Amino acid sequence: MLLSRQRRVLPGFRLTLGFSLFYLGLIVLIPLVAVFAKTGALTWERFWHAAASPVALGAYRLSFGVSFLAALVNAVFGLLVAWVLVRYRFWGRRLMDALVDLPFALPTAVAGVTLAALYAPNGWIGEWLAPYGLKISYTRLGVFVALTFIGLPFVVRTVQPVIEALDLEVEEAAATLGANRFQTFRRVILPALFPALLTGFALAFARALGEYGSVVFISSNLPLRTQIVPVLIMSKLEQFDYAGAAALAAVMLVVSFLLLLAINGLQWRTARHHQQT
Amino acid sequence: MKTVLKILPALVLALAAHARAINLLNVSYDPTREFYEQYNAVFARYWKARTGDTVAVQMSHGGSGKQAQAVINGLDADVVTLALAYDIDQIARQAKLLPPDWQKRLPDNSAPYTSTIVFLVRQGNPKHIKDWNDLVKPGVAVVTPNPKTSGGARWAFLAAWAYALDQYGHDEAKARDFVARLYKNVPVLDTGARGATITFVQHGIGDVLLVWENEAHLAIQEAGAGKFEIVTPSLSILAEPPVAVVDKNAGRHGVLTVAQAYLKYLYSDEGQEIAAKNFYRPRNSKLAARYANRFARLKLVTVEGQFGGWRKAQANFFSDGGIFDQIYQP
Repeated sequence: MLLSRQRRVLPGFRLTLGFSLFYLGLIVLIPLVAVFAKTGALTWERFWHAAASPVALGAYRLSFGVSFLAALVNAVFGLLVAWVLVRYRFWGRRLMDALVDLPFALPTAVAGVTLAALYAPNGWIGEWLAPYGLKISYTRLGVFVALTFIGLPFVVRTVQPVIEALDLEVEEAAATLGANRFQTFRRVILPALFPALLTGFALAFARALGEYGSVVFISSNLPLRTQIVPVLIMSKLEQFDYAGAAALAAVMLVVSFLLLLAINGLQWRTARHHQQT
Repeated sequence: MKTVLKILPALVLALAAHARAINLLNVSYDPTREFYEQYNAVFARYWKARTGDTVAVQMSHGGSGKQAQAVINGLDADVVTLALAYDIDQIARQAKLLPPDWQKRLPDNSAPYTSTIVFLVRQGNPKHIKDWNDLVKPGVAVVTPNPKTSGGARWAFLAAWAYALDQYGHDEAKARDFVARLYKNVPVLDTGARGATITFVQHGIGDVLLVWENEAHLAIQEAGAGKFEIVTPSLSILAEPPVAVVDKNAGRHGVLTVAQAYLKYLYSDEGQEIAAKNFYRPRNSKLAARYANRFARLKLVTVEGQFGGWRKAQANFFSDGGIFDQIYQP
């Protein structure tokens, strides 16, 4: 009983915890509180009127739906890209690796304008699709393309280190025990990757929900059809309707937070399950 | 004491002789970029000759509503030159940086130049668009920004409404139906005037763009001859983009006099000429006559005359649940 407290390798637990709390508070918590404080200016009835109008409901559906789809597609193809980057050695691999980060660095407005130009009926890609009646720029498909573009690095970068850490011998053991390739993937590789994949998915999803800069250029921004929530919020702000904008933002925050919490919970459960088996 | 009195005049003279370097911040909307670039150079020369001081004017451009909001939130504008009076009213009302009667301080409702909304169509006018009633025909795609986010689009909306009132003997219900049909033909609602121009000009979307008169001329200049044509409708709206000194900011920076002179000089022959050259309609009748061939003649209605002022128009048409929102109800 000489040591009543748990000893840590590095000192300064209290100091660093204090700093973490201060930092999180300053950077994250205070702005979020400010959003909710702004909605305080509204009566319950006006809040409901602003947050549940048909136009707002249409925007939620589009924002959550398309962000979810884009993150799902990124989860599949991001995993593929990460796998290729880690497991194979080929000419140009480093270059490809660096390319993955580009959507991080590119100003989203530039991405939006470029994508809109490419997929417009007179653009490099759009002109090949237009004869088949397939329109991408200024449709929901365009929103999907933009959100997929900005979300890709999140999946690749979270899954990549986990694939690197996978033990090849485990896969060899599975093979010697008679597992076919699909079984090896399904039973051995995927469970190990799943928590990281889920994190990547959640990050891509969250990023897509908040995206404004690129979507505003590639979407036709029509209420009820192609208008995402951030664009609707901007339009409220430009009308000097701060409280209405804050009401929409508060709904987005609460729903996003619940979704991320659910994803974290799922991830925690699968990680524990994986460790037990 | 005597020595002080002797020195004082000398000191004042010395101070006056010492030329100051003055910075002004002009917060403006999108399509004025080229105009103020030229105007600022001319004003700096004028002010240097008059007082010996050097004036450097910094510009900030963006959507009119967004710019007003930035000033309310603390952007240190000495003068604002925005697309509509409503936006400057908000600065006066919400941030109280200038008096509420600011619009009476300069001639012509504080709008030294005017503009209007015209149509830009593709070369040869393949859809034969001549007037507003051609825009509601099936199969015509109209590009215009969202009136909720763009000042220019609000002028365009009101111009269409005014045309419909004129056509249908001031029947509000018919006007609403007309404008609703027009917006059914809009495939893309950009957030700002420049965005809509890019959609129409670069990406080839739509048959007609509803656009500021000066922006239409600029688009033709940039795209080169033989790509677009300007169509002037029979009736449109007299857009009066106002200017104002932001008293509290300019006072704090000690540049109130220069800021006032900067706006006043817009009404001078030189200022009016630069405006005309940039396809803004001058107020000065002498210059208006000289540049008359640049501006098509058409019937122009005003927001005050037709809609009872901006605040009323804003509440009626563009506020939450207003007529524009009703058009987009499912």
